[in-house]
Amino acid sequence: MDVALDGIGKGYGGTTVLDGVSVALRGGRVHGLVGENGAGKSTLARVLCGAVRADAGRVLVDGEPVALRSPRDALRHGIALVTQEGAIVPGLSVADNVLLGTRGALRARSADRDRIAALAARAGFALDPSARAGDLPLVHRQQVEILRALARGARVIALDEPTALLPAPAARRLLRLARDLAERDGLAVVLISHRLEEVLDACDTVTVLRDGRHVTTAPAADLTPRDLLRAMVGRPVDVLYPEPEPVPDDAPVVLSVRGLARGTAVRGVGLDVRAGEIVGLAGLVGSGRTETLRLIFGADRRDAGEVTIAGRRVAGRSPSRAMALGAGLVPESRAEQGLVLVRSAAENLALASLPERRRFGFVRRRAERSAITETADTLGVGGVGRPAWTLSGGNQQRTVFGKWLVRSPRLLLVDEPTRGVDVAAKAHVHRLIAGLAARGVAVLMASSEVEEVLGLAHRVLVLRDGRVAGEFPRGASAEDVLTTAGLR
Amino acid sequence: MRYTAVRDHGIVVALAGLAVALSLSTSTFLTTGNLVNVLDQAVVVGLLACGMTLCIVCGVFDLSVSAVLAVSAVVAVLVTRSAGVPAGYAAGVATGTLMGTATGFVVALSRVHSFIATLALSIVYRGLAVVITGGAIVYPRAAQLDPFQSLSYPTVLGRVTVPTLVLAGVAAVCWLLLAATTLGRAVFAVGGNAEAARLSGVRIAPVRIAVFAVSGACAGTAGLVLASRAGSAQAGLGSLLELTAIAAVVIGGTSILGGEGAVWRSLVGVLVLTLISNGFNLLGWDPTYKQVIEGLLILAAVTLDRLLRRSAGAP
Repeated sequence: MDVALDGIGKGYGGTTVLDGVSVALRGGRVHGLVGENGAGKSTLARVLCGAVRADAGRVLVDGEPVALRSPRDALRHGIALVTQEGAIVPGLSVADNVLLGTRGALRARSADRDRIAALAARAGFALDPSARAGDLPLVHRQQVEILRALARGARVIALDEPTALLPAPAARRLLRLARDLAERDGLAVVLISHRLEEVLDACDTVTVLRDGRHVTTAPAADLTPRDLLRAMVGRPVDVLYPEPEPVPDDAPVVLSVRGLARGTAVRGVGLDVRAGEIVGLAGLVGSGRTETLRLIFGADRRDAGEVTIAGRRVAGRSPSRAMALGAGLVPESRAEQGLVLVRSAAENLALASLPERRRFGFVRRRAERSAITETADTLGVGGVGRPAWTLSGGNQQRTVFGKWLVRSPRLLLVDEPTRGVDVAAKAHVHRLIAGLAARGVAVLMASSEVEEVLGLAHRVLVLRDGRVAGEFPRGASAEDVLTTAGLR
Repeated sequence: MRYTAVRDHGIVVALAGLAVALSLSTSTFLTTGNLVNVLDQAVVVGLLACGMTLCIVCGVFDLSVSAVLAVSAVVAVLVTRSAGVPAGYAAGVATGTLMGTATGFVVALSRVHSFIATLALSIVYRGLAVVITGGAIVYPRAAQLDPFQSLSYPTVLGRVTVPTLVLAGVAAVCWLLLAATTLGRAVFAVGGNAEAARLSGVRIAPVRIAVFAVSGACAGTAGLVLASRAGSAQAGLGSLLELTAIAAVVIGGTSILGGEGAVWRSLVGVLVLTLISNGFNLLGWDPTYKQVIEGLLILAAVTLDRLLRRSAGAP
């Protein structure tokens, strides 16, 4: 079966996520889909599987245009999506989950269980059909979703970052399965991944997306990881990061952390950040990067440890103490933690510094307008009167930074500074961080992109299982950092 | 933007259309007597809706307002009996404010969803009113009745009643509070995204407690208006008015999801509901259909809001 996506376009609010993307999928082939965060890979997969409706373009199955209004429509045409975490109903058994939505509300019968067990065996999964799905580890939840797709007789399966959260052996097995499904059963498999080597290994054809546009489609055999990277970023990779100003020798320590701990996520982190210094936090998913930043800021209660900002101890469990000492947090997810999306960008910019412009409880509007205008101009954020959700991802992210810039921070804690923003905005945010450090702000920055941490920070601390596992100077190799972080 | 235009002004157009239709189809609608009457009828729900607006914008519901109203009215009458009318009035508003604050503490500290917490508290408060009155109707002393009822009298301003002016005053205060103060900004932020507000240094619990306190004060005031109109108070006073208040807020276009809305919208919503009821009276229609129309109107308002949001691609 052949499926073609033709000129797909999709936007949310003011952001264009996909712009005229065309991709042809063929049975018996594994088709790789790569691109940076926010390039539009997942949205394209969701359009293919009917979870998101495109604004423009059409989907052709064997040359015939079809309407995919819901995942149910897509399944009827034999198209299924497998997500990263596995979309399952935790309270139901594996068998019930596999049969979910196929017929009424009936539970799986023993014949079904046998069929599912056979299907699992064929796919090489060791799954008990009667186990409760919610008790399964992540790897197995994903398998349940794959089985569900197979049980429905899907002819096209899209795997959205299937290996991102898997340990290496499980990831290899999954990729072999993807190849088997294509070669042995003639399915068309779409593989979305950040790991370029694995994409080149497992796929026949690779498509690169950048900022929602189609960049190139080529046979995997003709490509190297470096080619892919260049196509993803759109320029030579190494000139991307601004060189940070050297930290003066007499720069005082602004942030000092000792023995910071909370549960199993953070187990005794210690670090120092000096004025004007950018310290990067690298580490795999679950290494404690985000948790460390949140604990320093006071967003969560810490079990143990001491945080000192500008020589003053930070007590308490609300962010107000850290904020009073000049700290700001750019959180991991701007939609969930950074912005009040229904309010205007201007109100968001003003939010963290409201008490500074208060007279008898009233907002001093003129002072507020001038403070906001100044910050918005510096950042190049336009249309601050509009609701924040209408802004592009890049402008939203700059607005989160701007919220703290209005306060002239002494310490900025930054989590995932450029997640889901386009390349131009990414470079802008990088320059912004380097510029803040040059003005003497201490920056502690965590990112899941190792290149970003290495390119931007003066030095990099690697977290592993909630502890600092190593320290690298600027210019260290990504390989070494990832090895210390526990990859492979 | 089309989205904002329809959302911002659709309800005003609806109110104007309703007024024009009633002026054309009846000879009595545009008389001073009727208009004064319409405003007077809008007062109690209007007062509750002012407080409810702040709550809903802040992302919480206050289902306890009508029970708070009843307790406040009963306390106002009882204090009037022992300490005079001014003390009784003051006690009524103070009781509402205190009970609202208590509700706020319970919601903020228990972290139970406000819908459930205030539902439970409304039963407690209603029970409290029964305990205080022993289930009987309470009256001021005979000599106090006239001054006690003076709150419900017409004024020299074109015979507009005192309660109408009280509503205007309360609405102005609530509007200023929400639109011009730092507390108002915090209310919008907490309702729009509590986690983002917290990580921006807004302390959420005090903000929530404050909106419940305002809602309680509004309910207490509404209780005074009802008691002075009737010249008495009882435990069952104002039952289920909280639902009418929520309906008015929603019809006005304040987002049920929190973070968006305005006090003037709720007043427009209250007027729409009052005009519908007034229209049924003036046209001599069977009032049993009134509820059907009101219910459909609420549904239409919320559906329209949702459709507009979706077409604009809002989160």
